[in-house]
Amino acid sequence: MRYVVAKDCPEAVALLNANNGARLLAGGTDLLVQLKQGAAKPNILIDIKKIDGFGNIAAEEGGFRIGATVSGAEIGAHIALKAAWPGVVEAVELIGSTQVQGRATMVGNLCNGSPAADSVPAMLAAGAVARVEGPGGARDVPVADLLKGPGRTALGSAELVSSVLLPKRGARAGDAYLRFIPRTEMDIAVASAGVNLELDAGGVVVAARVALGAVAPTAILVPEAAAALVGSRLEASALDACATACEAASNPIDDKRGTAEFRTRIAGVMATRAAKTAYTRAGGSL
Amino acid sequence: MKQDFKVLGTRPIRPDGLDKVTGKAMFGADKSVTGMLHARVLRSPHAHAEIVSIDTSKAEALAGVKAVITGDDFEDVDNRWTRYTMQNCMAQGRALYDGHAVAAVAAVSKKVAAEALALIEVTYKPLPHVTDVDEAMAPDAPVLHEGVKGRNLGDDVSGNTVGYYSFGHGDPETGFAEADEVIERTFKTAAVHQGYIEPQACLADLGADGRGELWCCTQGHYEVRRICAEILHMDASQLRVTASEIGGGFGGKTTVFIEPVALKLSQKAGRPVKLVMSREEVFRATGPTMSASMDVKIGMAKDGRITGAHARLRYQGGAFPYQMVMLGAMSAFAAYDLEHVQAEGWDVMTNRPKMISYRAPGAPMAVYAVESVVDELCQKLGLDPLDVRIMNAAREGSKSSYGPTFKAIGLVEALEAAKAHPHYSAPLAPNTGRGVSCGFWFNFGGQVSVSMAINADGTVNLIEGNPDIGGSRASISMMAAEALGIEFDRVRTIVGDTASVGFSDVTDGSRVTFAVGIATINAAKAAIKEMCKRAAMIWEIDEESVEWIDGAAHAVGHNAGTLPPMTLAEIAATSGKTGGPIAGHHEGAPDKAGVSFGVHLVDVEVDPETGFTAIKRYTAFQDVGKAIHPAYVEGQIQGGAVQGIGWALNEEYIYGEDGRLQNPGFLDYRIPVASDLPMIEPVIIEVPNPGHPYGVRGCGETAIVPPLAAVSNGVARAIGARLYALPMSPPKILKAL
Repeated sequence: MRYVVAKDCPEAVALLNANNGARLLAGGTDLLVQLKQGAAKPNILIDIKKIDGFGNIAAEEGGFRIGATVSGAEIGAHIALKAAWPGVVEAVELIGSTQVQGRATMVGNLCNGSPAADSVPAMLAAGAVARVEGPGGARDVPVADLLKGPGRTALGSAELVSSVLLPKRGARAGDAYLRFIPRTEMDIAVASAGVNLELDAGGVVVAARVALGAVAPTAILVPEAAAALVGSRLEASALDACATACEAASNPIDDKRGTAEFRTRIAGVMATRAAKTAYTRAGGSL
Repeated sequence: MKQDFKVLGTRPIRPDGLDKVTGKAMFGADKSVTGMLHARVLRSPHAHAEIVSIDTSKAEALAGVKAVITGDDFEDVDNRWTRYTMQNCMAQGRALYDGHAVAAVAAVSKKVAAEALALIEVTYKPLPHVTDVDEAMAPDAPVLHEGVKGRNLGDDVSGNTVGYYSFGHGDPETGFAEADEVIERTFKTAAVHQGYIEPQACLADLGADGRGELWCCTQGHYEVRRICAEILHMDASQLRVTASEIGGGFGGKTTVFIEPVALKLSQKAGRPVKLVMSREEVFRATGPTMSASMDVKIGMAKDGRITGAHARLRYQGGAFPYQMVMLGAMSAFAAYDLEHVQAEGWDVMTNRPKMISYRAPGAPMAVYAVESVVDELCQKLGLDPLDVRIMNAAREGSKSSYGPTFKAIGLVEALEAAKAHPHYSAPLAPNTGRGVSCGFWFNFGGQVSVSMAINADGTVNLIEGNPDIGGSRASISMMAAEALGIEFDRVRTIVGDTASVGFSDVTDGSRVTFAVGIATINAAKAAIKEMCKRAAMIWEIDEESVEWIDGAAHAVGHNAGTLPPMTLAEIAATSGKTGGPIAGHHEGAPDKAGVSFGVHLVDVEVDPETGFTAIKRYTAFQDVGKAIHPAYVEGQIQGGAVQGIGWALNEEYIYGEDGRLQNPGFLDYRIPVASDLPMIEPVIIEVPNPGHPYGVRGCGETAIVPPLAAVSNGVARAIGARLYALPMSPPKILKAL
């Protein structure tokens, strides 16, 4: 196995293009575990941590662009980002342990393709857009369009995600992420939900996005659950309808981490609880 | 009994602390030597399979591979229990569980060893398997070993049933007829792992001259020596075993899993061999404790008096014969003074890793079932669960449910302390229930050797033969200081290797502070006798006219007051001129260990929408006889409680239909993490054990016994529904709601 430090993005893309079986190394918190287990056997490791700009969090048109190698700890320490997108930041901060946070990246969490990735439902709810770099140049792809299945994304074999943009949103907006685990930390979501709401001056939800994790082959957006919240002040009937829509959209597996029945029910509970937190963060009062 | 202690009950800084926090302490995997090889073990992917053939030729041909072994490399042994251990370390003929070792390689690097493993070709013929205890007991179950069925067992149980035990007195049916309420329930508990942080690791060097050196992480290096010497057909004297520092054991390191393999590889390669298990290997191939299926029936009068009790315990202990349900049957009703009681138990084999002890082995599940039924009866009859337990409690003079009559015990004291504690009367938050349970453990004595040297500068060195898993170097030094009448800082205790001090039983049964303590006190007495003799010689008086008081020789009788006392340091300083070095030693097998009872209180909050449980408050009361170093004792009580909470809530071995373990790692085998828990408040009760000069009972195990039922009883009261199986993971609780 070769290890190469890419000095810029075109070099990383060229290396990907030239090598079947290459893997990118950013935080490495998924990759190193796979290497140790023998689950990944790359012929070349392309370290992208030294690429100029990949480590930046930058304000962009009222939103924030987060580079591919920005760690969870850096995201958690960014005051303006945390104020703008508290739900995305709390989701990123749930990845791994305190030690893992020093290395793990949000973009890596996305590209690893886990249906249970914590940051992905939050990014889906946020309407995040990934910047994809490849041999043909750069293109912007909604995060929702990148997800293909467990361990799979829509990225081409010579493509990488250089950054993710969390777009601008209105002043009376808020987001939240919640996951269910049997313990309080050091675990993987059994079911999770990200909710992003915008309110009018009267506290009525005017726009909503609801996403679920760990209840389908990928994290999913649930437009019916979002629609149930729009026009409401999160009255019980709206929350019930949201939970019902989440349960209907869930298609989980039975496994050692939870039964399908349990995951389905918890998805609705997580979504309604996250909705309440997002609503409060948007300035609404329950 | 001695009461006015100078050293006992204080909290000196732990002698192993600095080495452990700085990383200087040497654990199993920390030792390396020149020329050392690295070993890896190939393990069965099948729950049960005939090993048709193993072709190691390609692995042996790989550059850097120095030895490859299989079950064929091990000669048979006479002792059948040793044979089971050997065949658990390396399968012979059949693989009996997912993870069972079938071959091993020693090579110049870990990388080469891993490559060589992939080149070993094993042809398996899969056989029917069984992993559930009730299925394994059924007459038509696939039987793991023929000819080991327990005596006096009928055709209603399969040949996997290797033992049957019954304890009790009176007639439970008579008792049930006297009851106002009788409840019978069936319970299941999952197999759980000891969960020690340090995986098994060893470094073996067995030379052509037949002399062996073994460094390993163990709770008992003399037991390791015995087993390995038998398997390798060596004289015990030729195998020196040194116990490393130990990163947790909890009973799981009372046998061997890798040491005979490493020794055999070393013998074959002619080089030292290091073998370190991965966490996955630890889960798949080292001993978890038993899983259980149990029926408990208890009758109670309206006033809370228990009139009759009966338990049937079916334990699953993995792929080889074992004897452990006996301890469950003995423990089940130990907390109660009953006229009519019977507890029966069956030990059963399955296609799972061979069980090994886990903290109070066999007791937690039996007591869980009993304490759950007692709690349900209290609910049904509207009685206070502590009052009922106080009414029925075993006390001094009670004939125990397992036979002996109890001497002084501290159960009533612990129950009354719980009743009086502010926790018991604190208001409960919504969705929260308060659970109560008793717990019991025997504690143990066993064989012990201690060697004590009085140094010329007035300090003391002490060698014991028991690995220190719970602070014994501190407590032994404290007891030595107390017995000699000197300061704690003057004593240093080490754990000797098998060639440096006499035989000592395994560190288990909460026995070390009790048994090594007695040996230490007796060694000190021997040294004191010698020091009094030296003082008499110097003073030119009779030995009988010298007494040892507070660390010094005093002239007594008609010489009293005529001579200034001579301290230990003064006697030691001149020892070279008065007859040479002064020492004391003691070898024995103290057998008056005192049983220990605990009572736990827990407040459990259940999220009604998710089934998530949160332990909000936890108080653990335990009679330890005498707490030598209270901080260590508190740590033992807290640690036991936490392991029991994990057992109750989320820990379990999960097997698929294919008989393979699905969660061999700490991600999906969920032990509690620190943020899951409140500070566990330990309350030490001291009712001295009349069988120990300082009253010590032992404290390491009792605390894991009550939490299972305490938490389950808390959940039952929080949600108004009772679960009859552990773990009470959120999906199960949500379903019960």
